[in-house]
Amino acid sequence: MTKSELIGLLATRYPQLVAKDTELAVKTILDAMTQSLVDGERIEIRGFGSFGLNHRPPRLGRNPKTGEKVQVAEKYVPHFKAGKELRDRVDHHK
Amino acid sequence: MKDSMTLTKAELADMLFDKVGLNKREAKDLVDTFFEEIRIALEKGDSVKLSGFGNFQLREKPQRPGRNPKTGEEIPISARRVVTFHASQKLKSLVEDEYAGNAG
Repeated sequence: MTKSELIGLLATRYPQLVAKDTELAVKTILDAMTQSLVDGERIEIRGFGSFGLNHRPPRLGRNPKTGEKVQVAEKYVPHFKAGKELRDRVDHHK
Repeated sequence: MKDSMTLTKAELADMLFDKVGLNKREAKDLVDTFFEEIRIALEKGDSVKLSGFGNFQLREKPQRPGRNPKTGEEIPISARRVVTFHASQKLKSLVEDEYAGNAG
C-alpha cells in the first residue's frame, strides 16, 4: 500500500470530506511525526507502536575504495517498535 | 501542543482540528483510521510505503532455539511474522542534520 492508496482508502471512508482535506490530513500526520523525530521527541501510538531515535556512537570506519581509516561522527537514527496489537495481528502463525 | 516530549494520537487529532478544520470527533476518528488502515494492510501481508517517511515491511522469522532466562530451560521460539520499519532517506537525513542530540 502506498501513501496515495492510503489517502484513497481514507477518502472512501470519509465521503463527507473533500479529497483535498483527506490528502492534507495524511500530510499533516506524517509531517507532525517527522517533526517530532527531528526534535528528538518520541511518538507513541497505542496498539500500533512507538518511534524514537537510536544513538550511533562515533566509530572508526574505512573508506571502502582506498582502505583509508576515517572517523565517522556519532549520529541518531529513527527506530520503530511495533506495539502488542500490531505484533499480534501481523503474526499469522498465531 | 508542543509542551510534551511525546507525540500521541490526541496531539495528532488536535493538529487535524487546527490545520485541516475537521471537527474534534472527525479528527480523532481519522487519526484512528489512519493507523488502522496501515494495520489492516500489514495484517494482509502487504507492505506499506509512505514516501518521504518510511516503509513498513513484513519479515518471516523461522523457529529458533531460546531459553527461559529465569530457569535456563530450553524452549523453542516459534516461527512468527514481524513488522520492520525502514525510515526513508529523507527522514534519516533530516534527523541526522537537524537533531544534534541536544535534547537527549
